[in-house]
Amino acid sequence: MDIEFMINCLPMYVQAAWLTLRIASAGIALALGAGLICALVRSAKIPVASFIVSAYIELSRNTPLLVQLFLLYFGLPKAGVYLSSQMCAIIGLVFLGGSYMAEAFRSGLESVDKAQRESAESLGLTKFQTAIYVVLPQAISVSVPALAANVIFMIKETSVFSVVALADLMFVAKDLIGMYYKTNEALTLLVGFYLLILLPVSALAAWLERRVRYAGFGNPA
Amino acid sequence: MQDLGILLEGRNLERLLYGLWVTLRISFASIAASIICGIIFGVIMTLRNRVLQAVCRIYLELVRVLPQLVLLFLAYFGLTRAFNINLSGETSAVLVFVVWGTAEMGDLVRSALISIPRHQYDSGYALGLSKADVYMSIILPQTVRRLIPLAINLATRMIKTTSLVVLIGVVEMLKVGQQIIEANRYTAPRAALWIYGAIFALYFLACFPMSLIAGRLERRWT
Amino acid sequence: MDVNLLEVEQLRKSYKDAEVLKGLSFTLARGDVLVVAGPSGCGKSTLLRCINGLEPFQSGVIRLSGRDLTAPGVKWTEVRQKVGMVFQSYELFPHMNVLDNLLLAPRKAQGLSKSEASARAASLLERVGLKDKMKSFPRELSGGQKQRVAILRALMMKPELMLFDEVTAALDPEMVREVLDLMLELATDGMTMIIVTHEMQFAQAAASRVLFMDEGEIVETSSPDVFFTFPKTDRAKQFLNIFHFEKKERRH
Repeated sequence: MDIEFMINCLPMYVQAAWLTLRIASAGIALALGAGLICALVRSAKIPVASFIVSAYIELSRNTPLLVQLFLLYFGLPKAGVYLSSQMCAIIGLVFLGGSYMAEAFRSGLESVDKAQRESAESLGLTKFQTAIYVVLPQAISVSVPALAANVIFMIKETSVFSVVALADLMFVAKDLIGMYYKTNEALTLLVGFYLLILLPVSALAAWLERRVRYAGFGNPA
Repeated sequence: MQDLGILLEGRNLERLLYGLWVTLRISFASIAASIICGIIFGVIMTLRNRVLQAVCRIYLELVRVLPQLVLLFLAYFGLTRAFNINLSGETSAVLVFVVWGTAEMGDLVRSALISIPRHQYDSGYALGLSKADVYMSIILPQTVRRLIPLAINLATRMIKTTSLVVLIGVVEMLKVGQQIIEANRYTAPRAALWIYGAIFALYFLACFPMSLIAGRLERRWT
Repeated sequence: MDVNLLEVEQLRKSYKDAEVLKGLSFTLARGDVLVVAGPSGCGKSTLLRCINGLEPFQSGVIRLSGRDLTAPGVKWTEVRQKVGMVFQSYELFPHMNVLDNLLLAPRKAQGLSKSEASARAASLLERVGLKDKMKSFPRELSGGQKQRVAILRALMMKPELMLFDEVTAALDPEMVREVLDLMLELATDGMTMIIVTHEMQFAQAAASRVLFMDEGEIVETSSPDVFFTFPKTDRAKQFLNIFHFEKKERRH
């Protein structure tokens, strides 16, 4: 192993990791929002919107991100829609992650017993107040482990961004292998950086899963 | 609709479908091997041996925490360099997907096994059944019912993940698509939209029925 | 003359083909404690849920203090503030402590100030001896404590009518008493209540009237003394026999 070479390459990896993190955070935040809206639309059974949301979820969950990105980056310009690399990456990530987040929120919403809703409404709360104060807090806490798993999943999926010409970790590693044949060094740094990003996130997810588990108690089992 | 015809021109569709076949070939080989190895791995994880459990845990976490594309790079570029084994893209892909699929499948098997409540065993024994009878007629049927929908979902995930092999030089659907687009650059400049659209649709057609079946089974069996 | 607090006229409700309420009519004066008894599936719970607007019904009229609740423009959120309901499964909000469970509706639905609502909560908790549980979460309470808190949560709204839907059915036997005692106390204080229960001894002690239902119909309405000692109908007699065991001779 050429340690000096690795040290010289560090700044490139740091920059690439930073890019990955930036796009991943934007994508994850937007996907959480989109997912929550989709889950609420479906649980409220809003006629046409529900169908559109279901169709979106199926499309998104049954196609690979890589193909979604090819379509966005190489296909859409032929229809006159030009998107920057970053834009493509974020849109692709939200298109993919939104459906996974929606499913996580949905199972959370379904876990809240109908009687909880009824008892809140029987106290004179409106449907909106019931949703905000009673249903959502419980639903979200049930969803947390699944949401956290989706966050990890989405970060891992960002590894394909090099196909839309983003200089992410994979891009840098592939470049170094191609240009200098420093395969071992490039791959070691690649794995190291991914672990650096992913291990803390997955430790956090495991901690959250143990922690947020109050919902479901307080009712007779 | 301009250039949509590119799909039907010459042997383009046939070539794309051949690319799909390569994708599915890699997927199915990996899925089959992963199911077999995963069942064994899952059972091993339920054994109460501290050392064995620790080893399994490390394998599981390590394989699962890294992006599958990183694993593919490790196998395709890394193994060649480190051990002087020259693997083709397709072989590295199957190898990686089996290593990864076994971990995922193993975890599904493990959680399905431990999800059967203690009193299911107890009530079997209380009826005077032997250990083998309890497993064969009480525990396994319930485990399998929980497992099948999850295994189908894993299989769809593996098919989708197989799209990554284009990045280690395997000529599959996306690569064939690129070739068609390149070859018709001047005669059909908008081909990319339709070709990638068609690939998107083909992946959907391969995965959606499986998701549908998994969903049905899950609702019916739980 | 004072209008009745609650009037139900020809209430009909069906799910698809099955008619669960076949034209019920009864009235409830202020201070009445009506116990609704009957075999499972006779429509008792559905009746309560209709009165609280949780269940839509096909025809009939429900009037609260003379006001037709089926008229267009009736706001159920307002009606429900006057009609408290307690469920078999407590349904405390598991993510809130006892105090927050009590404060939620008065604060959000009635717009009470925090200090006013807290004072009301404190005095109610004091009264049932649960003041030290104010900061506890539902999971830390026994079933009996949970159900008493659920009753207080409904009382926080100062309702005119309380509906109890088999509130002791999920409780361990030793917890039933503390809940029934609280309900008896409310009855003595003059609260108007409709109670669906299988606790026949309690019914006898608490009820001012017993309404016996079977297969979606009111079979008989009597004073508790009459109902429990000389039920007028055969169906009621049969029903009451369920709670009665006779010692059998051993065979050998």
